[in-house]
Amino acid sequence: MSTATVTAPTAPVADGRIGLRGNLRHIGALVRRNLLWIRQDPESMFDAILFPIVFCLLFVFVFGGAISGTHNRHAYVNYVVPGLMAMMGMNIAQGVGTGFNEDFQKGVMDRFRSLPISRGSVLIAKIAVEIGRMLVATAVLLAVGFLLGLSVSNVPGLFAAIGLSMVFGFGVMWIFLTLGVVMKSAQAVQGMGFLVLMPLQFGSSIFAPTSTMPGWLQAFTDYNPLSTLADAARGLMNGHEPVAHDVLMTLGWSVVLTAVMAPIAIRKFTTKS
Amino acid sequence: MAADTLVGMTRIDNNPSEAAPDAAVTVRGLVKHYGETRALDGVDLDVREGTVLGVLGPNGAGKTTLVRCLSTLIAPDAGHATVAGYDVVRQPRQTRRVIGLTGQYASVDEKLSGFENLYMIGRLLDLPRKEARARADGLLERFSLTEAAKRPARTYSGGMRRRLDLAASMIGHPAVLYLDEPTTGLDPRTRNEVWTEVKRMVAEGATVLLTTQYMEEAEQLASELTVIDRGKVIAGGRIDELKARVGGRTLRIRPADPRELRPTATTLDEFGLTGPGHATVDTETGTVLVPILSDEQLTAVLGALTARGITLAAISTELPSLDEVFLSLTGHKASAPQDASPAPEEVAV
Repeated sequence: MSTATVTAPTAPVADGRIGLRGNLRHIGALVRRNLLWIRQDPESMFDAILFPIVFCLLFVFVFGGAISGTHNRHAYVNYVVPGLMAMMGMNIAQGVGTGFNEDFQKGVMDRFRSLPISRGSVLIAKIAVEIGRMLVATAVLLAVGFLLGLSVSNVPGLFAAIGLSMVFGFGVMWIFLTLGVVMKSAQAVQGMGFLVLMPLQFGSSIFAPTSTMPGWLQAFTDYNPLSTLADAARGLMNGHEPVAHDVLMTLGWSVVLTAVMAPIAIRKFTTKS
Repeated sequence: MAADTLVGMTRIDNNPSEAAPDAAVTVRGLVKHYGETRALDGVDLDVREGTVLGVLGPNGAGKTTLVRCLSTLIAPDAGHATVAGYDVVRQPRQTRRVIGLTGQYASVDEKLSGFENLYMIGRLLDLPRKEARARADGLLERFSLTEAAKRPARTYSGGMRRRLDLAASMIGHPAVLYLDEPTTGLDPRTRNEVWTEVKRMVAEGATVLLTTQYMEEAEQLASELTVIDRGKVIAGGRIDELKARVGGRTLRIRPADPRELRPTATTLDEFGLTGPGHATVDTETGTVLVPILSDEQLTAVLGALTARGITLAAISTELPSLDEVFLSLTGHKASAPQDASPAPEEVAV
């Protein structure tokens, strides 16, 4: 009881500035919150665990034979797994907006915003957790890939490819964070996300080489960051294709997305009432 | 209608720009627009340290906008406000250190347990791990939530959620606590539960700004009241003061002998002691009702009846309900349930 009185003296308030240690502490507390959510309903990890398994199996066995010939399924595994790595980031990033939107509906965000914490730490904690989920999804995908005969000839390249898809996923996440703040409902965020994601994912070199596509579509796929990311990941993992162009394109996209969307997301977030 | 035309009813009487010396919250000329609507239209008020100020108004009066301005969630368009000496606009970070907020909708994380909710907020308020844990446990016990501490908050009843919400807003020992319609949507029993907790906090010295649309709630919890309507303060003052000034009081007299009902009424009329109206006889309850304006009048009534040798069985004064107060101040009824029955005060038997 004595620990819970109302009128204990308020700690002196200096200028209220939050130092680096304070920020890290706050981010830590908010990350813990997100991890506890996952423990509360493990279903929320389905997208990170089941999705890579299902997609990998589906594409290798349904399309693999058609695309690379029945005897050449291994070649398709090597082709599609780096592509799916690129896709994974997008799919996980989509969830960030939905979760965020729910926070606003429930009023928890009001509580956070009336606390003496930097408003950015709520965003950063969310992003940290989502990056973690992307890593889980990538690990699952690679595990399934290896079971299906994925061969990686350049191990440092594999890690570079994982890193690159995280960087790109980080950039994409800002789009969905913005949607999460701006859109009225979680369903709207999901619908909008789907609308953006579908053409980007299928109009890319993720699932099939773009050489058979009509010229106008190739013009699109060549600049589609998912193509450049998928191609970069392939090159990095097999180690004998030039990757500089694709890597730079992907990094460029990530920087542009972050530079444009992060300030919007942060602004919308801090001013949302 | 300017507040000062309501003679003597505002406590911000002489110089509105001066903050009361013991004010924990000072609001001057606060304005907030939403498009064409003026949600706040020049609000002035003070919350004195260690008191509860009730901000009473119907839906859409601007109560929540006021609380959101004072908790730095939105910036006002004009005017200024200080909380514990900090300017809410220029010193938002400092302000956030000294306030506790319980919103209209319980703002707890439903997926987290009660303990984890409180622990998280403790950490966000920079308590060391051990202290955050101890504080969470202490508050859970205080709000009778220890048994439910490990369950996710979504399994809580409405009352438990509000209690958890109250606990969450108290973790940082706030200098000022905002309770924004703390019992809206709760059933009467649960409402009583919340009231009990708030009363306890007040007894321990908390400074509270409480918004409500329930007359009864303001009467139960607040010592002073600011009535707002369409973004403007229309009256303010101590609750009993406000009620007395607006509606006067009604004196209810029950003679020991029912046959003396009529003589009682005539006596009072003869003595000219019936204030603004007439004495009326209520045969059903065996009482005589007399509108009165002052304590002197009350005393004179007793004197007159004693002089006539009328023996009284009971005498009580009834304050007008806050509903009636609101009606006479705004000209329209507050959109609250009719739960504010007059509270009789026995003064003599």
